[in-house]
Amino acid sequence: MSRFLNVLMLAVLVAAPAAAGQLGLGREAAPDEIAAWDIDIRPDGAGLPEGSGTVTDGEEVFVERCAICHGDFGEGRDRWPVLAGGEGSLTADRPEKTIGSYWPYLSTVWDYVHRAMPFGDAQSLTDDEVYAITAYILYLNDLVDEEFELSRANFAEVRLPNEENFFDDPRPDTPLAAEAPLCMSDCKDEVKITMRAAVLDVTPEDGSNPTGAVVVETGTEPVAEAQSALDPALAEAGAKVYKKCKGCHQVGEGVKNRAGPHLNGVLGRTAGSLDGFRYSKAMTAKGAEGLVWTAETLNAFLEKPKSFVPKTKMSFKGLKSADDRAAIAAYLSQFTE
Amino acid sequence: MESEKRGPSRRGFLTGGLAMGGAAMAAGAAQAGEKAILELPPWTTQLGDGVDARPYGTPSQFEAHVRRRNVAWLTADPVSSVNFTPLHELDGIITPNGLCFERHHSGIAEVDPAEWRLMIHGLVEKPLVFTLEDLKRFPRVNRIHFLECAANSGMEWRGAQLNGCQFTHGMIHNVMYTGVPLKALLDEAGLKPNAKWLLPEGGDAAAMTRSVPLFKALDDCLIAFKMNGEALRPEQGYPARLVVPGWEGNMWVKWIRRIEVGDQPWHHREETSKYTDLMANGQARRFTWEMDVKSVITNPSPQAPIVHGPGPLVVTGVAWSGRGTVREVHVTTDGGNNWHQARIDGPSLDRSMHRFYYEFDWDGKPLLLQSRAVDSEGMVQPTKDRLREVRGVNSIYHNNGIQTWHVRENGEAENVEVS
Repeated sequence: MSRFLNVLMLAVLVAAPAAAGQLGLGREAAPDEIAAWDIDIRPDGAGLPEGSGTVTDGEEVFVERCAICHGDFGEGRDRWPVLAGGEGSLTADRPEKTIGSYWPYLSTVWDYVHRAMPFGDAQSLTDDEVYAITAYILYLNDLVDEEFELSRANFAEVRLPNEENFFDDPRPDTPLAAEAPLCMSDCKDEVKITMRAAVLDVTPEDGSNPTGAVVVETGTEPVAEAQSALDPALAEAGAKVYKKCKGCHQVGEGVKNRAGPHLNGVLGRTAGSLDGFRYSKAMTAKGAEGLVWTAETLNAFLEKPKSFVPKTKMSFKGLKSADDRAAIAAYLSQFTE
Repeated sequence: MESEKRGPSRRGFLTGGLAMGGAAMAAGAAQAGEKAILELPPWTTQLGDGVDARPYGTPSQFEAHVRRRNVAWLTADPVSSVNFTPLHELDGIITPNGLCFERHHSGIAEVDPAEWRLMIHGLVEKPLVFTLEDLKRFPRVNRIHFLECAANSGMEWRGAQLNGCQFTHGMIHNVMYTGVPLKALLDEAGLKPNAKWLLPEGGDAAAMTRSVPLFKALDDCLIAFKMNGEALRPEQGYPARLVVPGWEGNMWVKWIRRIEVGDQPWHHREETSKYTDLMANGQARRFTWEMDVKSVITNPSPQAPIVHGPGPLVVTGVAWSGRGTVREVHVTTDGGNNWHQARIDGPSLDRSMHRFYYEFDWDGKPLLLQSRAVDSEGMVQPTKDRLREVRGVNSIYHNNGIQTWHVRENGEAENVEVS
């Protein structure tokens, strides 16, 4: 039964509203508007801007902006995507679908990194950085050597190994009623239970805080103090700014460490001191030197993280606005241990 | 006062509810009057909230357990994750807006409608920009459609895993959309003769994109701005989203900002690395758009056990097909040996959820409940074993296999598979 036949049948059955033809609504899009939004890239390279990047450049940017989730070598930390390896695993019991082992087109890498990465700081990479990261990912997958430079000119020459293994939807691949009359009675000799969900026991139970929702503690003494000194408008502004942070840092009830440490009680905490989080050596060293997070030190750190703590794992490039930094401190002061 | 406390939790059902049972209640009633009748409750003697107290109404405090739930171990972070519709708490065919499952890839975009724009460009005579007000000046339509994530039931490929239809089947919702046929907007821009594909793009931090073939866009796609009569919820794409009836949910781009018209597909991340179906031989299906015929019994189910003991029992569930309407649903109580025709009640609409019922006198013995749907194209919901034969266990998406609930004598239900 072809999709196209269905469409023909539907076209007859569904009454469309009157209209069609042009109503003169909307306005013409300006060329600079189209250029600003038209960011998509196709397998044939259509849409790629001028630019280039080497594997070596890519490694530097990747370690700074991507490795916190994907690992230095694209191995994936926690449950974040693995980007490299997995060759020959697609027929295995547990396939590892990476860019090298699964993705059909390199343009998809360039397009996606450019439009949606780094997670929580989308569309912040320069075109050359995207070329460089893409080159580095090719290198991690053993598809180019370390001297390689990717550019608009040579982009279409690079093919990913799994391109030929995709094919269009062949469904229906299960029986139709017309082909296999449906059995309604005495269909089976015996019925046995072959598997039970309870064996695995992975169903979430109520009572936890599964969404990681931000809940402000109000009951305890220290919180009441912190709130009395709080500028509510500033804290509210901080809640908005905090959206830039929450991809990696949790606050509130039931917090866990994510890509970054949780920030309950961060004001007053010694840098690099939270149990159970793997800090960079640089951050642990700062704590050993006596760095304690206060509104002032947090302000200095967030202005330019990599200047204040060189080699911190935090890939966030910082908050330019002093107002935003003050708002973040006010917001975070509400969350105690 | 007991009656003013929270609604029944799942645990409460399993302990208190089951212990009481139907027989105990009947025996008690014969001896002495029930407190619920003999004593006046506060809501009968005291004034309640006035009309100013709830300017946007919310459900009863006793329904607090009816909510979307997340499966934390599924994904790396709740910002790029999914939660599930509590199907076992609903009836009829419409999903309330606040219970429609959410799936977003970079969190909820909080789009200011005054700054929302929709651009149509590429292979068109005249590239256009629309405001929300422009959109609302086109002739509009109302359509009820289900939206199902292609990964719904995806955790069950290797066998029974999650105990509850909310988790096994809850990546679906069914609402009435009000919107403008996409064809009207494309006509306004004027398609060039070589136009064949569209690339809708979201305005969120994932800038979600999918390649949509032009024939589908011209057939029945909408740009919707209302769901169930009110503005789209932020988590469903406020102020406007794409509606792609019957096709996998990932294509229904939310917070839509742009549609590019082209002559070939873009092969973007969500149609290559994701939403392609890996077969056992290592090859992968792409562009698997239609959601095939599927059904599930929502009550009883692991989160909604039978609490009334033997006697009259209502078995109910939902069925749907991305290829048309649902023609019939069959229910078995013995694991597929004998099937009964279920009763479809309520509207039977194209690419919309259908509600079915099967009522019978339960003898209190264990049940192996299943439902099997047949759609208007004659496609039959397959067994999970049949799907595994054809596709293996690593295709993640498009698992429309028959679900089995094992109901024990005490009314509790478990997700199982049968031979």
